[in-house]
Amino acid sequence: MGGEFDWSVVWKYRAVLWDGMVTSLQLFAIALAGGIFFGTLLAMARLSRWKALSVPAAGFVNLIRAIPFIMAIFWFYFLTPMIVGKFTGQQGEAVGPFTSAIVAFIMVESAYYSEIIRAGIQSIPRGQPWAAYALGMNYWQSMGHVVLPQAFRNMLPVMLTQAVILFQDTSLVYVVALKDFLGAASKAGQLTGRIVELYLFVAVVFFVICFAASWAVKRLQARLAVPSR
Amino acid sequence: MTASPDPRPMIEMRQVSKWYGAFHVLKECTTKVEKGEVVVVCGPSGSGKSTLIKAVNGLEPFQKGEILVNGVSVGDPRTNLPKLRSHIGMVFQNFELFPHMSITDNLTLGQVKVLGRTRDQAVEKGLALLDRVGLLSQKDKYPGQLSGGQQQRVAIARALSMDPIAMLFDEPTSALDPEMINEVLDVMVQLAREGMTMMVVTHEMGFARKVAHRVVFMDQGSIVEDCTKDEFFGTQRSERAQLFLSKILQH
Repeated sequence: MGGEFDWSVVWKYRAVLWDGMVTSLQLFAIALAGGIFFGTLLAMARLSRWKALSVPAAGFVNLIRAIPFIMAIFWFYFLTPMIVGKFTGQQGEAVGPFTSAIVAFIMVESAYYSEIIRAGIQSIPRGQPWAAYALGMNYWQSMGHVVLPQAFRNMLPVMLTQAVILFQDTSLVYVVALKDFLGAASKAGQLTGRIVELYLFVAVVFFVICFAASWAVKRLQARLAVPSR
Repeated sequence: MTASPDPRPMIEMRQVSKWYGAFHVLKECTTKVEKGEVVVVCGPSGSGKSTLIKAVNGLEPFQKGEILVNGVSVGDPRTNLPKLRSHIGMVFQNFELFPHMSITDNLTLGQVKVLGRTRDQAVEKGLALLDRVGLLSQKDKYPGQLSGGQQQRVAIARALSMDPIAMLFDEPTSALDPEMINEVLDVMVQLAREGMTMMVVTHEMGFARKVAHRVVFMDQGSIVEDCTKDEFFGTQRSERAQLFLSKILQH
């Protein structure tokens, strides 16, 4: 690795890198929204009095959390077409890598988020849902207006940490040949032989995004903070 | 026991029993609260008073016996509990205002979401009640910005905003600093004098003397005494009640 750095490769491959970044951000946004949505439902199921809900939810969460993330992505890529094929009778009508990655990400993230959200719900004193019920609210109203708004405030820092991990994990999709930001940089690096510059660039971009997100969440947290004396 | 011209009591408990695992929290509790009556429930801590009052609006399930609220069975799985609760006001030991909402929103949430009132109607009603408990100037603050006594007065106003037919108080002054107890009791006394049906778990014997019609004394999950106020503060009370009273009246 002799010689000078040549940063012009970054500019030269900007379109490829941008496409990769768009893929990464799409994956991140959909996985985050899906993970929090299904994670909330899973957490509520796990805390349910009904075993028919809590046991399968706990089983799913424990299973997913016991599997390496990369394996879930990989399996889903190969398993889904097989399962779909079983039902449709057609062979190998592949679900594209993006769709299969999205499904894998949402499943895995919902398992991780459900644990965070479960702790958040449990951090709310029991008197709060009691007060909501005493006013005549039902379970969903109590959750939606009283418990979850407080729980999410308490959870924000942990949820951000998980979101940063998720954003970094989007790079794992290279195993299904999906071209995310890192994949694009890697490709450009191979073509130009300027791997060091491109990987450094990737590192800087990841750092800036995660740092900015963390700052934004701190601002958000300050704005949402419940006033007290 | 009290005879009442009302056809049915507001709250009627028959042989209510509850267990936490092997622990017998409520033992065959039988009592009632007539319409317009104020009943004070007292007893040593751990005697089951709070569990009993929470069973009235179904916050604490029970395994045996029956509780009727205005003729509706609380323990019946077919009972629409949210509907039943919506017209039974409840005030908690720790206020349980919603800390993420302004005082006004605390007062309107139930009215809008449960009773289906418009926001304007709910605000009007809520602020009138806030004025009644002397806290109108605090309407835009958050619960965490108020003192304990103020929070509890808001909690009473919140319960009243639902136009309850009866009010349950679960140790409403136990979490308060001594200098704030009276501002809450004053609101409750006023309410009692207006004829509100009230079941009040409290150690405030001054309040009981002032407005209670009956006193229920509990010990170890059982209702030991259930008598008129005069009988209770008179001479013919049980040893356990006497011991309890002598302990709490010393300070």
